[in-house]
Amino acid sequence: MINKIVQSIADALAGIKDGSVVLIGGFGSVGQPDALIEGLIEQGARDLTCVLNNAGTGRVGVAKLMDLGRVRKIVCSFPRSSDPVVFETLYREGRIELELVPQGTLAERIRAAGAGIPAFFTATAAGTKLAQGKETREIDGRTYVMETWLKGDVALIEAWEADRWGNLVYRGSGANFNPVMATGADLTIAQVQHLRELGDLHPHMVGTPGVFVDRVVQVDRGAPWV
Amino acid sequence: MQPFTRDQMARKAADDIPEGWCVNLGIGIPTMVANHVPETREVVFQSENGVVGMGPAPSKENEDPWLINAGKQLITLAKGASFVGHADSFAMIRGGHIDLCVLGAFEVAENGDLANWATSENDTAPAVGGAMDLAAGARRLWVIMEHTTKDGRSKLVERCSYPLTGLRCVTRVYTNLAVLDVVQGQGFVVREMAPGLDFDALQAKSAAKLHRPA
Repeated sequence: MINKIVQSIADALAGIKDGSVVLIGGFGSVGQPDALIEGLIEQGARDLTCVLNNAGTGRVGVAKLMDLGRVRKIVCSFPRSSDPVVFETLYREGRIELELVPQGTLAERIRAAGAGIPAFFTATAAGTKLAQGKETREIDGRTYVMETWLKGDVALIEAWEADRWGNLVYRGSGANFNPVMATGADLTIAQVQHLRELGDLHPHMVGTPGVFVDRVVQVDRGAPWV
Repeated sequence: MQPFTRDQMARKAADDIPEGWCVNLGIGIPTMVANHVPETREVVFQSENGVVGMGPAPSKENEDPWLINAGKQLITLAKGASFVGHADSFAMIRGGHIDLCVLGAFEVAENGDLANWATSENDTAPAVGGAMDLAAGARRLWVIMEHTTKDGRSKLVERCSYPLTGLRCVTRVYTNLAVLDVVQGQGFVVREMAPGLDFDALQAKSAAKLHRPA
């Protein structure tokens, strides 16, 4: 019997090593795996590279992980937020590395990792500061920049519903980075609000097939705080 | 002279969007464009976080915390809306499936270069978001911005001084003083001016050569 459901956050996060590249889903707080991030703070892994759209807000979640000195590097598209105090302080003091990636290139580099594509060419950022030092190529008369895949050791994602095979259903705008990140990591861990019996999720509604998911933990998260 | 208000700038852009286009709107005045497209004209508003078909802002009792746009504002869905993840949302953007993107800007150059993500080479923490993807991938890029900075410097320039978002990508600019097309090989061509403003006065407020329409 396939059963990817684990009973605790600690079980869900077991084995995450120091130095891991951690993909973290969510856009705003919608689809953000809050309980898994809190759990990672407890779990203790250090020297992490975190890949996510923002660089944390206030002093909770990813910002707290950074504040505790556990994050070596952030890979993101938008390190500003309503309250980016922790990141900005660490960045100014040279205590955290930033790799700034256009949002679509970030998603596509993760997609490439999940699809077994080591590099691709894109028009995004061609001729700009963010393409400096990168290989370019003229294809059909336009300049494209080579980008390489971005593989995660771990992906922490959030969904609305799951079954024991790890099939996931998203709610509203809660898919965002979650489905692509589910494909791009060696170990994909999903926090979900509701568990359903196998067969109860409509196949057309499944946003991420369980093949991409390793562990599922149920958490009563409630509504995103937007 | 009567400069266009922010609402008037948004309405002018909205009036130029035909039925059937898929449109991505940036934050600030560009977001206001959607308010000026009448419901009878079907336009699909796309947001980078995977919402295809946004409706108007919700009333208090219709707020759904799972429904936000790329500016993290609460939204509603239009009839016919759908959701995708980021990979598909940006495939839509980068693959040329967005008819129009409307963004704000720090500078637009006469060759269509856009600078709208960083104000210097050494910002404390520069943030780019989806701007470079939209600049490279949208089929048309219009800019809505004030004509000059707060200290009176023209935002229409010969060459951008700030770091570029995209090269030769802007095709039209709506400012508080004028509506201009960016024509490759020519430069800024004035389509419309604010009431009471003449061409020479507009040229005096612009740091790039302006052209009268043919």
